[in-house]
Amino acid sequence: MRLLKVTAAVGAAGLLGLAGFFWVTVPARTADDLWQGLGEPNIANGERVFSEGGCSSCHAAPGAGDDGRLVLAGGAPLPSPFGTFHVPNISPHPEAGIGGWSLQEFGDAMLRGVGRRGEHLYPSFPYASYARMTPSDINDLFGYLKTLPASANVAPAHELPFPFNQRALLGGWKFLYLNDDPRVAIANADAKVARGQYLVEGPGHCGECHTPRDALGGLKTDLWLAGGPDPEGGKGRIPNITPGGLDGWSESDIAYYLESGFTPDYDSVGGSMAAVQKNMARLPAEDREAIAAYLKAIPAH
Amino acid sequence: MKLKTIAAAAIVAVLGAGAVVAADEPQAARQQMMKDVGRAMGALAGIAKGEKPYDADVVKASLTTMSEVSKTFADQFPAGSETGFETEASPKIWENMDDFRAKDAQFGKDVDTALATLPADQAGVGAALGTIGKNCSACHETYRVKK
Repeated sequence: MRLLKVTAAVGAAGLLGLAGFFWVTVPARTADDLWQGLGEPNIANGERVFSEGGCSSCHAAPGAGDDGRLVLAGGAPLPSPFGTFHVPNISPHPEAGIGGWSLQEFGDAMLRGVGRRGEHLYPSFPYASYARMTPSDINDLFGYLKTLPASANVAPAHELPFPFNQRALLGGWKFLYLNDDPRVAIANADAKVARGQYLVEGPGHCGECHTPRDALGGLKTDLWLAGGPDPEGGKGRIPNITPGGLDGWSESDIAYYLESGFTPDYDSVGGSMAAVQKNMARLPAEDREAIAAYLKAIPAH
Repeated sequence: MKLKTIAAAAIVAVLGAGAVVAADEPQAARQQMMKDVGRAMGALAGIAKGEKPYDADVVKASLTTMSEVSKTFADQFPAGSETGFETEASPKIWENMDDFRAKDAQFGKDVDTALATLPADQAGVGAALGTIGKNCSACHETYRVKK
């Protein structure tokens, strides 16, 4: 009789725990009023945000080159320790792309990692960085994306083994890793450093590669931008871009690298960073200078 | 005593031979070539950025160095040189040797175009650098693995 009571109690606690998990981790959309009063999107700024985020580096068709970079047909494979993701079509096609989405649905994906059907999105889409973006920038970006060519391409499904194919588990991941807090505290940040912080930690999502990850794929934020193994499983290492790793680089060296692709000793950009640098070169000089100022201001590792 | 001297001499000879072999390895040769290109690029960038005065001799010498490297650079990747000597060469070079050679040839072509007209001022050097520099990242994007 006593055993039965204990069993019932444990069972009830387990159910409660499970209910608690789903209550805490259910996909949460953004608030309606976040998207009101933004007005017509500023397309020119949307294009700038598009370059800051490097959207085409992943969302253009594989091997599209410079000519095809504005057709966001998707399909590129993104290998990871958890399986291979396939980047979705985000062109304005009404069925294959995001042509039928509302601004709020787009914002749910960008800020909360929630898809149009209310499902959790995988953090291979770096919403854990984009969560820091302003609704105004997201409105402008969404407006710009609508001006790009539509593609009817349907990307292959993700190739993920169990348990990583269970989207409900992503609620737990978000509980641990999704927030819009600053990644580092910078005392007395001026407007330039603050702008750099927004670009690097938000749309630029630099930390997604340049910060090492733990076993669950969350960023080790105590090693912010300290570099580490290639998260895509490549042979190279991702460099440390804190003042400890960029020892000997001045602010103008960093800005010049982002503009030209040349390091201070005239080695050149390579690997995945080559595509990033091409996007950085499209930005106004003040954005590159802001990024450089921020990288000099963060804690050294 | 004499034996020791001979032994020491032998060791020196072996070490020396080792160093000579290392310098002859394609890995070391191609690394030196890239260093030479980097130095030449730096000289041109100094002029383009206005840090150094325009100097026609420096421009010509820098472009000539790059042109010479481009002619034989892709030959420095024979089978068997895929690893070792801290090479940063990607295995993709040997999977796509034709494309790799084409990229080297394009680099040489852009350099020779600049050399033929020889940029005449700071702005001209900047423009040439922009065209030539794209070849660096175009190749390193795919074919270099940074350690």
